[in-house]
Amino acid sequence: MTAAAQSPAGTAAGQSDAILEVSNLTRVFGGVRAVDDCSFRVRRGTITGLIGPNGAGKTTAFNLISGFLKPTSGTIVFDGERIDGLPPHVIARKGLVRTFQIPKPLGSMTVLENLVLVPMGQEGERIWNAWFRPGRVGQREREIIDRALAVLEFVDLIRLRDEYAANLSGGQKKLLELARTLMAEPKMILLDEPGAGVNRTLMRRLVGYIEELCYERGITMFIIEHDMDLVARLCNPVIVMSEGTHLCEGTPEEVRNNPLVLEAYLGGQYR
Amino acid sequence: MKEASKTTKLIVAAVTVAMILLPLIHSGGSVTAVIGFLVPFVTTVAILAIIAIGLNVQWGYTGIFNFGVVGFFMVGAFVAAIVTKSPADSEFVQYVGGFGDRLAFLPFLDSREWLPFVFGVLAAALASALLALLLALSALRLREDYLAITTIGVAEVLRRVTIEETWLVNGTRGLTGIPRPFAGWFEPNVYRFVFLGLALAMLFLVYLMVERGISSPWGRVLRALREDEDVVAASGKNVFAFKVQGFVLGAAIMGAGGAFFAFQQGAISPETFTHFFGTFIIWAMLVLGGSGNNIGAIVGTFVVWGFWSITLQIQGFKLPVYIVDRISFFRDFVIGALIVIVLLAGPKGLVPERARVSRWLDSRVRELRRQEAATQATATVEPASSPVE
Ligand SMILES: Nc1ncnc2c1ncn2[C@@H]1O[C@H](COP(=O)(O)OP(=O)(O)O)[C@@H](O)[C@H]1O
Ligand SMILES: [Mg+2]
Repeated sequence: MTAAAQSPAGTAAGQSDAILEVSNLTRVFGGVRAVDDCSFRVRRGTITGLIGPNGAGKTTAFNLISGFLKPTSGTIVFDGERIDGLPPHVIARKGLVRTFQIPKPLGSMTVLENLVLVPMGQEGERIWNAWFRPGRVGQREREIIDRALAVLEFVDLIRLRDEYAANLSGGQKKLLELARTLMAEPKMILLDEPGAGVNRTLMRRLVGYIEELCYERGITMFIIEHDMDLVARLCNPVIVMSEGTHLCEGTPEEVRNNPLVLEAYLGGQYR
Repeated sequence: MKEASKTTKLIVAAVTVAMILLPLIHSGGSVTAVIGFLVPFVTTVAILAIIAIGLNVQWGYTGIFNFGVVGFFMVGAFVAAIVTKSPADSEFVQYVGGFGDRLAFLPFLDSREWLPFVFGVLAAALASALLALLLALSALRLREDYLAITTIGVAEVLRRVTIEETWLVNGTRGLTGIPRPFAGWFEPNVYRFVFLGLALAMLFLVYLMVERGISSPWGRVLRALREDEDVVAASGKNVFAFKVQGFVLGAAIMGAGGAFFAFQQGAISPETFTHFFGTFIIWAMLVLGGSGNNIGAIVGTFVVWGFWSITLQIQGFKLPVYIVDRISFFRDFVIGALIVIVLLAGPKGLVPERARVSRWLDSRVRELRRQEAATQATATVEPASSPVE
């Protein structure tokens, strides 16, 4: 793999400030090599885009990074620690959280409850605390509720606080996914197509949130996105995957003008 | 029961009236006969409701499909029996244990009358929980349908073992003379009510513990993973560990219910614990009553067991033979049909699941609503003074 050696232009990039480092990652489904010897790194404090034609293996890569799938081979290092093969809840606890391409609201719970569920290591998650130490549980619960209310204010879903998540619109469900990740106090968020099926107005809000989270709160964002306008506006650098592997990366401008990328997209479409 | 619909109230009322009228008519107007019928009836409802709540923890809240309820129920009953009984004293009776006398170690307060039973119930719950833990560690990772098959299989194996291994719990002849808590302190006539009180107290305790658990962050995780395991995992929670907890807690409750069943019956044998009685009926009670709601589980138990008892009562009337002969089949058919109707027509049951939030969340939300209402009120009171934006 030589592609990984290309360093993104523009910023003063040291190699050591990679928060996520994927090396020779491979995942085989039967005969399909969904992710095939793929290597890349994501720098801390960036909004990094991940693009590629349909079926390039982007979602599979996210599933491997977040532990929902086990790699066939290869390594994943997050924040200096190897995480490949760890179960998803352990990875989430390290501060690497993800959203789902198709939002997964807990429909029979309210928006607020969807958020309050998330924080990790709640005392009340142990049933004997719920039985015998209700005071402590209640205190923690109030702290978490206040944080959830702040997050709902942030993504402007506060008016839907007591609404069942099942009743949200598609775009609101996307925001709920984002809001849930914020409750996890993450170091890095993987967003799988946050813009898909979202109207323009909401899209603009989403861009604002993502930028604020990254540039003001220092959360690294790693985003799969199809909408090239959104990618161009938001992401730098952009990593391109094709046929399961890292094709190239660079600024949105560089990527857009790279003939390899054009060929990957067109080739994928007309095959 | 503000969640209960009119239909539900009607059904409950109808069963209640039938439970009073039938024995009244049957005995030719004897109130004593009605009480003599109602007391054991309500006792059985309380005990079976405990088991239905156990199943509710597993299925209603955690979404685990246990089709071997009878296994846990039976283990609880036999364990409680051998813990509380005195040792076998005849060559025709064989069973392990018989710790009752040794467990009455407190030299005061007549401890033989109660102390062994405390241990009996705890041991029953523990044994059932251990069985569930073993099963969970080996089978809970299986797909739902495989798990269901595994639970049936395990229940059947346990029934076989109790039948074939006669040294264990006396084979098909089963155990008789199972003692009852506090029975020595009261006249049999009075004791019925005492035992009824104990069973209701146990039901209440179980109900409280489960409600407390479910309306806490713990219960929130269970309800979340019933809906979507991936979301729970993505929130840093060990899905498997929580499923094991739900399964084991439910089984422990079933075991405790089994213990009370053994005390009530006084005699149990493997034949008592059929899949129909021990699993199917409990499922009928839960889904008819409303899975995901403990009150629903109790109401469902009352209605199904009421129906069961009504058909038994009818058998006692002087009816044509062709009706009396068929009524037990009719009963089984109706209970089966009830399950199908509930599942097809209204999967929520008689008392549907409440959209429950954690009780702390609940109170905080109410507080917030009050504040909002207050600010809105002041805003409408003085509209002129508020600056135009
Ligand atoms: N669970 C799975 N089983 C079998 N094949 C899969 C599975 N998940 C993904 N694939 C295959 O892997 C390839 C990459 O899919 P995916 O990662 O979803 O692509 P992308 O998100 O880039 O569109 C596709 O060919 C897809 O059919
Ligand atoms: Mg995808």
